[in-house]
Order: sequence, then C-alpha cells, then structure tokens
Amino acid sequence: MLPDSLVDLHALQLDDARALLEHDAQNSDRDPGESAVHYLQRVIDGLCDLSLKDPLTGLGNRRHFHGVLARAIETVARSGDSVLLLLLDIDHFKSINDTYGHLAGDQVLRAIAGCLARCVRPVDTVARYGGEEFAVILPHCRPAFGRAVAERIRASVAALAIDIAPLQTLSVTISIGGAYAPEWVRSTADLWIERADQQLYRAKTEGRNRVCLDQPRELAVSAEEKGLLFSQLELDELALPGPVPPRVNA
Amino acid sequence: MNDTLAPAASDAADNLPVHPIGKVIAVTSGKGGVGKTFVSANLAAALAKRGLRVLVLDADLGLANLDVVLNLYPKLTLHDVFTGKATLDEAILPAPGGFSVLLAGSGMIEYSRLTPEVRGEFLRVVHSLVPRFDVVLLDTGAGISDVVLFAVSLASEILMVATPEPTSLTDAYATIKVLVGQQQRERIRLIVNQTTRAGSGVAITHQLQQVLDRFVVSGLGRSFTLSHLGDIPADPEVRQAVMRRQLLMQSQPTCSASTAIGQIARALAEKLVSKDG
Ligand SMILES: Nc1ncnc2c1ncn2[C@@H]1O[C@H](COP(=O)(O)OP(=O)(O)OP(=O)(O)O)[C@@H](O)[C@H]1O
Ligand SMILES: [Mg+2]
Repeated sequence: MLPDSLVDLHALQLDDARALLEHDAQNSDRDPGESAVHYLQRVIDGLCDLSLKDPLTGLGNRRHFHGVLARAIETVARSGDSVLLLLLDIDHFKSINDTYGHLAGDQVLRAIAGCLARCVRPVDTVARYGGEEFAVILPHCRPAFGRAVAERIRASVAALAIDIAPLQTLSVTISIGGAYAPEWVRSTADLWIERADQQLYRAKTEGRNRVCLDQPRELAVSAEEKGLLFSQLELDELALPGPVPPRVNA
Repeated sequence: MNDTLAPAASDAADNLPVHPIGKVIAVTSGKGGVGKTFVSANLAAALAKRGLRVLVLDADLGLANLDVVLNLYPKLTLHDVFTGKATLDEAILPAPGGFSVLLAGSGMIEYSRLTPEVRGEFLRVVHSLVPRFDVVLLDTGAGISDVVLFAVSLASEILMVATPEPTSLTDAYATIKVLVGQQQRERIRLIVNQTTRAGSGVAITHQLQQVLDRFVVSGLGRSFTLSHLGDIPADPEVRQAVMRRQLLMQSQPTCSASTAIGQIARALAEKLVSKDG
C-alpha cells in the first residue's frame, strides 16, 4: 500500500475539480479518516462521471453515447444479439424557443429527458445526442418488438403536459428514426448512426410525430419449421464435425 | 467505356432486381465459417483442371479471407479498382491451381454497405470479367446482408454451402427462404461440407426440400428445387493444407476431400454445358 504521504493533496490544484463536483451536488470534501489516495480516486471518478453527463438533462452526453454504441457493436458481432438504436428529435423545437423563450426550451428538454428515462429498461441507454436530439440504445430488443417500443416512447412524450411557466403547459411531439445493428456485415458506428438518421429524416419528411424503422431482414424460422428440419434426420447425419482424430503416420 | 453496363438501380435494397449473369456462380452460406472460401478456391482449381478459364472474385467485401487461403498478398486489389487506382488487368492475379483471382484487399470494409456507388462499381467489375472467363465464381459472405444478397443476385447459379450441423442447416434454410422469396430463384444447389457419413447430403437435401415445399413453395405458385450437388467429407488434410497455406487440390489431389471436389466440378461442368446446349 502507498503511504499516504506520497500524495500531497495541498500540492495539487484541486479547486476547480472540487467546484465542478460541488456544482453537480457531489460531495467533494475529504471525509475525516479518508485516505488521500481514496479521496483522489473519488474525485477522479466524479470527474469521469461528469465528463459523460449532459448537465442540463442529467442524461448521458454524446461521448457517453459513443462509448456505449461501440461496445454494442462488439457484443452484436460476438453474440448476434439484436440491438436497436433510436434517434429522437423534438418537432419544431426552434419555434418553441422562439415563441416561449430559451428557459421554456430548457424545460422541454428536461421534461422529455425525464420521460425517456422512465420509458426504458435499466439495460437501455438514453443520451442527449445534440441540441434537441436524443438517442436510445436498446440491447436485447428483438426486431418484432422494436416498433412497439419506439411507438411507446413517441406516445409517452406526446402525452406529456410540460410546465413551462405557472399555469402554462405545453405539449410537444418527437420524431423517431431507428436501425438495428448490422448483424452480418462487420460495420461501424458511423454507418449504424447513418441508417438511423436516414429513418429520422424519413419520419420528419413524412409529417413528424412518427416512428420510422430500418427493419433488418428477418431470418425467420419458426419452431415448427425447425422441428421438421431435423425430425427425419438421424442423429449421426447431423453429427457435429468434432475434433479431427490424430493421424498416425506409418 | 461503361455504357454497356446497367446503371445501379433503385436504392431500396429490399427489392434488389435480379440480373443473373450467365457464367457467374455464387458460393454462399447461411452461417459463416462453413467452408465457402475453401470450396470456392478448390472448386476453381478443379474446374480449371477440366480446361475451363476460371476466376474467383472475393465478394466477401466485409471480411475477405481468400488471400489467406491462397497465400497471396498482392499490392493491387479490388479495392484499388473501386477507387480507380488500378485497372482490372493489374488486379487480376494467377492463383496456384491454374485459375485467376481478384482479391478484395483490406480497405474493402468501407464498401460493406451497399450504396448505389458500390453497386455500380461491383456491376462494372463483374460485367468486365464475364467476357474473359468461362466461369466467374463469387466467394461471398454469409447470411443475408445487402452486399451478399446483391452479389448473389448477379449469379445464374447459386451454390449453398452448409455443414451438417443444425445451426448451419437452419441458417442455410433461412437464407434459401430469402433467396426464393426475394430473388425468385427456381433452383439452388446444395454442397454439404464436412460430412462424416456417406449419404448424409442426400438426406439433408431431401429434408430441406420437404420443409421448403411446405412453408415456402406452397404459397409461391411456382416450383423451387434444391438440388444436391455433392458432399465433401470432413478431411484432416483440409486443415493441414490451410495451415501450410497450400491449395488442397494441388497439394493433396487424391485425398477424400479433393476427390469429392473433383466430382462436384464434373457435375457442375456438365450442368453448365447442358444448359448452354
Ligand atoms: N471438408 C473439410 N474438412 C475439414 N475441415 C474443413 C473442411 N472444409 C472447411 N474446413 C475448415 O473450415 C475452415 C473455414 O473454412 P472457410 O474459411 O473456407 O469458411 P468460410 O465459409 O469461407 O468462412 P467465412 O464465412 O469466414 O468466409 C477452414 O479453415 C478449414 O480448416
Ligand atoms: Mg470466406
């Protein structure tokens, strides 16, 4: 173990870091009895946490989003899991800002962020992707359910009554574009995002407040088909090509 | 120079128009790693031995491994043809085994998405290859990605490679279903690779055909035939050849897998001839 004296906290310029953490309502004071190393680790963890968070909505930020997306691509390549990416954009957000002011705009962003976070499962990731754009990454989301999930999100946002001032509430809608991770093609995050983005564009041009998904071609084989495929075949016809027996050289 | 070529058609990958080109044969599979590249390379050698001019095109743009199987690492590849840095003639190589290859080269991952440009380039390349060879074999990727479906759509013959494993057969079945529905295919030829027992390919083909008849063909209003082209036994020599980076047909022409591929080549050559005449 490191002796505490190796870290001289007074020699470090921690003021800015502490102010940032304080601002984020994180305890930045060194607890009595806490070792200097432990305290520093806590400050660093707090800063890492901050660097992935969108300050206005408390959601993950774009950097966080890209990290999760990169990991999702790895998982899909190895496990064949179905992962759905949704890009969501608030309809006519600019006119909300223009009509009701930026504070109202911020209020709308916060309310929608809260709504999105409530709509999804703990394994899902919701992030603020850009100004008025959000992203949701849904692992283990089978293609058959993708549309229902996206529709539920769209409808929940549309049903919100957002308080923007005393006695003044606002309803907003969002457009959603989605795409599944490419399963067979070894692809990149950029291409995946691009496919979701194209669907978002479609949702916008088709009239907003709607969901457009880039459906993966389904490799649909029903249980009945599977059963019939193998029912007549004897087991040794389906023998797994096991390890090759060692060859004896004469 | 390209004016004889069909322009890249509509962007909607769901409704790929099929323009099968005579002499173009696609080697594909439902599941990866079942031996497509092994079959493509050795079948090419076997067809070449029968006097045919054969080219193998690495159409697995996302993850090409024909180079590894053939132990060829050329400077100029299909990637350079696509980007205009090389002519076709510069990128076509003689392979051991007496056939020609056009390797994808690293960098093709950029083309793993089927944009209209990629389709156009691909079509241009295939159309320029066809007059120069008797057979153009496309070593495609597995499954039903845009690129695979597109490459397969160019072929007049589809060779589906599957192993007798249940997962491989299920994926082969699913892929055949897509090809029958989307590309209106009337015949696909099945090669069962890595068999451990004589006759299993025939039984497997028969079983697949029955399930296809019941779930796919019945609602089609036309017929579909899954033909059994041949079995290739699991053979320890295959692995040996791969490890030594040699072409099996060349290094072990009389082993059981080579013999089987020779028979497949003969059957295929006869089918191709009988279709012409
Ligand atoms: N008949 C056989 N007997 C024994 N081993 C075989 C046989 N056929 C293929 N293999 C083994 O399977 C491995 C995978 O084959 P290959 O690379 O041709 O598959 P693929 O379908 O092209 O894979 P990918 O989908 O990755 O392109 C080979 O390296 C070889 O070791
Ligand atoms: Mg291969």
